[in-house]
Amino acid sequence: MKKGIRWAFVIFVTPVLLWLFLLIVLPHIDLLIMSFRIEDDFGNSTWSASNYLNFFKEPIYWLTFARTAAYSILVTVLTFIVALPVAFFITKVVDVRYKGFLTMLLLLPFWVSELVRVYGWMILLRESGVINHFLLKAGLLRQPVEMLYNDVTMVMGLVYTSMLFMVIPLISVLDSLDDSLIEAAYDLGANMWSILIKIIIPHSMPGIVSGAIVVFMLTLGNYLTPNLMGGKNSLWFTEQIYNQFIASFNWNQGSAFGFLLLLLSSLVIWIGLKLSGQKLSKVVK
Amino acid sequence: MNIDLSVQNVTKRFKEFTAVDDVSFDVPEGNFFSILGPSGCGKTTLLRMIAGFTEPSAGSIEIRHDSMVGRPPNKRPVNLIFQHLALFPMMTVGQNIAFGLQRRGEKKESVKTKVQAILERVGLPGFGDKNIDQLSGGQQQRVAIARCLVMDPTVLLLDEPLGALDLKLREQMKVELKKLQAQVGTTFVYITHDQSEALVMSDHVAVMNAGRFEQIDTPQNLYSNPQTAFVAQFVGENNTWSGRVVQINDDGVQIEVGEGQLFRIRPRQAASQGTQIDLFLRPEAMLIQPDPSIGSLNRFEVKVKAILFDGANSRLLANPLKTEREILIALPQNRQYDHIRVDDQIEVGWDVESGICFNSDR
Repeated sequence: MKKGIRWAFVIFVTPVLLWLFLLIVLPHIDLLIMSFRIEDDFGNSTWSASNYLNFFKEPIYWLTFARTAAYSILVTVLTFIVALPVAFFITKVVDVRYKGFLTMLLLLPFWVSELVRVYGWMILLRESGVINHFLLKAGLLRQPVEMLYNDVTMVMGLVYTSMLFMVIPLISVLDSLDDSLIEAAYDLGANMWSILIKIIIPHSMPGIVSGAIVVFMLTLGNYLTPNLMGGKNSLWFTEQIYNQFIASFNWNQGSAFGFLLLLLSSLVIWIGLKLSGQKLSKVVK
Repeated sequence: MNIDLSVQNVTKRFKEFTAVDDVSFDVPEGNFFSILGPSGCGKTTLLRMIAGFTEPSAGSIEIRHDSMVGRPPNKRPVNLIFQHLALFPMMTVGQNIAFGLQRRGEKKESVKTKVQAILERVGLPGFGDKNIDQLSGGQQQRVAIARCLVMDPTVLLLDEPLGALDLKLREQMKVELKKLQAQVGTTFVYITHDQSEALVMSDHVAVMNAGRFEQIDTPQNLYSNPQTAFVAQFVGENNTWSGRVVQINDDGVQIEVGEGQLFRIRPRQAASQGTQIDLFLRPEAMLIQPDPSIGSLNRFEVKVKAILFDGANSRLLANPLKTEREILIALPQNRQYDHIRVDDQIEVGWDVESGICFNSDR
């Protein structure tokens, strides 16, 4: 009997381990090795930390890096501010009958690939786009305005792309919040603001943190949206990595950047967990 | 006497359905007032209107002669203890109790002393730093009470807070709650579907049915002198008969309750020949093997079907002869009736005065 269970365990766990090892651990080890090697003028590769040193020597690299981190945090915060009222409305305000329907409406756009959704935004916002067309027709504008390729548009696009990943965990934590807790606080003299700060947010903390981790990582590693909506000015760090790999054929430098991005996201998430007093094991539940 | 809470002609309609229908009552200061009714009778809606979570469709609610219409719950001098307590799990016991005081903007020092004082009052000194999930059901109950009492409300509303407790603890909390109310002197409005809770704790009880108050009275009167058939049936245990008036003479009215059984009754309402009467008899109104010399009794023979032993609350389940009807008869545990066995045929009797009669509306 006991032996049977062990066999079943091996059968089920093997694909997972193979997946992890072959597709994640092994390539990363290779990238890590690559990031510490350089080719000298004769084409011989030797060990060196200069790939990492380059990052600090060249301001454009670490400025882009810092900018990407700051904007990712901003996007995470904005996504939370947008998602909380939406999740609250769906779970607490609206009639239970429409809850499933509204959640479905939120999910629906995400059945389409990110690329298509971003192009949708571009059709709306570009110089010859839908919004410009109507503003011109209405006489509000004399000549079309380019609404793409600036930071505001890019941040908006990133918030839009990642909103679902914040709304869904928030819906699930708010669902578990007993309405009578809100009523009890109200009854004890709390106003809307203190109910939000003292009851709703502390209760939702695990959901907020897990949503924030997902949104932050997706935003930090996003290539498509900053590139298409932010254009050449977006200066997103993933573009630097892409450039190293594809444009400069400098795989060693690219992998060093990749590892720096991995370190950055781990560091920010660690700080976030410490600040919010949450445990990773509790958040990923 | 000062009136703390005055509810006048309050009605609440939800579309077609009228949950609370023209209810009026006054609660004097320091009173323990209960609203007793079956589930769905509108008592929770009424309580939520007093707390401010719903607005009445018509009528007025005044607290110490101050109209509450349109005032949100956080601005009313009432506090509500929720059915499932609604303690904040993200806070400690102390933070839970301090919550309301802090919202009111009280000074740190005064909050601290008040929290400590109220914890002592409810018998939980030194529990301030514990988490809610470390407490037992009864302790959570007390924290919920403390959290509201510390606000020093004019009226404390309680929404069946004992419902979730097990029987033994519930009995204990009933007594404790009553004692606590007597000590602090706050006006309590308590709603429940459990008649024993209402009868044990209250100074006055209102019996509610289908959105209306049937009777507002002291627990004693409610039990011994119900004003409507619903109250008679709902409060306390009953044996119920319905019969038709067959004879009216000087010393009373006789009704026929089927199978040729005749009972003499003392009707409360005008009755004439053929009037349908509902008759309610408490189990303790039934006397087992009464002395033949007592003349004012209605007597009949029953066959014992089962002996329901329950200490001081023991009863006999019996069938009147030739019928399938089941009646409950109080069985005093004074050893006098120890000889009674199942399937025995015994005589029972009840006094004309103890029969509670209403003209049937059917």
